Amino acid sequence: MKYLDEFRDPALARRLLDEIEQTVTRPWAIMEVCGGQTHSIIRHGIDQLLPDGVEFIHGPGCPVCVTPLEMIDQALEIAARPEVIFCSFGDMLRVPGSQHDLFQIRARGGDVRIVYSPLDAVRLAEANPQRQVVFFAVGFETTAPPNAMAVVLAHRLGLTNFSILVSHVLVPPAMTAILDSPVSRVQGFLAAGHVCTVMGTEEYDPIVARYEVPIVVTGFEPLDILDGVRRVVHLLETGESRLENAYARAVTPQGNRTAQAVLSDVFEVCDRSWRGIGIIPQSGYRLSDRYRDFDAGLRFGVAGLTVMESPLCRAGEVLQGLIKPHQCEAFGTTCTPRNPLGATMVSSEGACAAYYQFRRITPPSEVGSRG
Amino acid sequence: MADILEPLTWTCPVPLRDQERVVMGHGGGGKLSSELIEHLFLPAFGSQALAAAPRDSAVLDAGSTRLAFTTDSYVVQPLFFPGGCIGDLAVNGTVNDLAMSGAVPLALSTGFILEEGLQLEVLGRVAEAMGRAAKRAGVRLVTGDTKVVGHGSADGLYVNTSGVGIVAAGVELSPDAARPGDRVVLSGPIGEHGVAIMSVREGVEFGTRVDSDSAPLTELVLAMLAACPGGTGAGIRAMRDPTRGGLAGSLCEIAEASGVGVRLDEAAVPVPDAVEAACAFLGLDPLHVANEGKLVAFVDPTVVGDVVAAMRANELGRQACVIGTVTDEHPGMVVGRTAFGATRVIDRPLGEQLPRIC
Repeated sequence: MKYLDEFRDPALARRLLDEIEQTVTRPWAIMEVCGGQTHSIIRHGIDQLLPDGVEFIHGPGCPVCVTPLEMIDQALEIAARPEVIFCSFGDMLRVPGSQHDLFQIRARGGDVRIVYSPLDAVRLAEANPQRQVVFFAVGFETTAPPNAMAVVLAHRLGLTNFSILVSHVLVPPAMTAILDSPVSRVQGFLAAGHVCTVMGTEEYDPIVARYEVPIVVTGFEPLDILDGVRRVVHLLETGESRLENAYARAVTPQGNRTAQAVLSDVFEVCDRSWRGIGIIPQSGYRLSDRYRDFDAGLRFGVAGLTVMESPLCRAGEVLQGLIKPHQCEAFGTTCTPRNPLGATMVSSEGACAAYYQFRRITPPSEVGSRG
Repeated sequence: MADILEPLTWTCPVPLRDQERVVMGHGGGGKLSSELIEHLFLPAFGSQALAAAPRDSAVLDAGSTRLAFTTDSYVVQPLFFPGGCIGDLAVNGTVNDLAMSGAVPLALSTGFILEEGLQLEVLGRVAEAMGRAAKRAGVRLVTGDTKVVGHGSADGLYVNTSGVGIVAAGVELSPDAARPGDRVVLSGPIGEHGVAIMSVREGVEFGTRVDSDSAPLTELVLAMLAACPGGTGAGIRAMRDPTRGGLAGSLCEIAEASGVGVRLDEAAVPVPDAVEAACAFLGLDPLHVANEGKLVAFVDPTVVGDVVAAMRANELGRQACVIGTVTDEHPGMVVGRTAFGATRVIDRPLGEQLPRIC
């Protein structure tokens, strides 16, 4: 199929793997930033195919996983209100808050709906003027533009019954935070391709220059990822720190200027708490003054809610690449997709869920047998 | 039948671990559904439950005749979708549950729960579709019931069909009978029903239109049984129609029930382009997407060639193929070999399929 088969061709994969093998002379730790890449790596078993010593460190780029617990609890509190239609992407419904998840709120009578676009939530608000429609705006720079458009549209329509609960986070500050960490092992990055379709690649130049780290903008199909690895390994072996774009079919240096303009109109950059990591300065969005009326956290008075994480969950270390999921004591025992302690065990892009689903027995030497 | 059960008096002998209420996933055919059966229904039913390996239909001795018996409720939304409607689905689904025990369907019951206000024209179209599907499947609709609930208490209409069928002497299919060395045979491309439903439910299209594969599998099954030595399916151990939970769910169930491992060759599983595209777009695994006219069979290697040839001679088995083997390694688990030669564990979906964010 067009745009899919071409990037899943086993023969071409073999050639890229051979090239990587011929280039590598010593161990390298490469972080794939985006959860979509993690999913693809584990789904297709790409990490098993790389030469010994080339290791993926799974980055913090799963929007569901890094949404802090207090945001989930705020969402649950809003969703439980009788006047509210709470709209979310499907992934968020099973993410545990400190007591419940959105599925359980729905089972208790909450009106929680899965939508595929925030614009669907705006249409719901139009069609239900007696109800308050709230959209859970989570995600990185990729999901932010349509969410911003939803606010612009609601503003244009004069809707007073639409709001969004914003938990948007930004990739470059997270990469910087990881590089600043004294325990970080990351030597090169596969940057998140879809984020770069919106934001372009220019904002990574300062990171490359300051930390002398190679960054390759990478897509999501198996060949995309292997090409990204091939390029990062080549840069590492030759000692070059440079930004390369291995996802040129979607990403330009300047990105999508129209989307960026909407983002800077609707949102402003603020400090954000990342689940398992903590507050990263200037790492997220909140609504700008002009659109502050659409802030569900303020409208429903839940913005001050704070909660405690499970002490057993080591998702923060997983998200920073300090441990692999199966190195957490709770992995596969007290924490499973059925009873997740942390969000990384929930989302299909979460590193823990990916390991649990695809990696419980292979290779046994590394992961151990889990029932 | 509904009069016997009194939900308000139920207690939960083994409390479900963390759910106080029913969530959608309990009906999703995945792990949550299994837990409900294991921890709530079976203990509550006690000695009156037939606690055999989970199968699509129970096989009961009635004198010298063996009867297969099954029931299924249909709550699909929308009621009409590309390639079918709730009516033919309700007939084919129950006929197929019988067929998976090797049974020829004898008769079906039809129970309707109708929402006040439903257009009679809609009900008429559904009923006509049931009549046509029953004719195609060679089964009679012999008894029925209709109840109406208040506006807002049901989503248009729900249908329950129960079915009885006759299992010929010598036919022994059971989900716990797979053995190491068996080949895993799939009757055709996967994922069409689930994607057909999702495309209309979510208003998203994926290039070409995808029709549900809803179809009665009895003839295909009979051809498979006849292709074996003795003509009664000797060498075919187990069959499943991979409906909710998809192919992955069926493989996992048989692996667990038989205490064997399954090695799946992922590249051998036929996935239509549009299904692949829809799954890529929605973040779903085609192995988890529902089918309504496919079967997966566990077959002794000595007869698998004849069985596959017989399937390919049937309209519903034209693309039948071997997709895996049974092993004594990793019992209870399905391990896929990816197109790149790596391996991954293939699990059942937990509950509801969740479209991912990006």
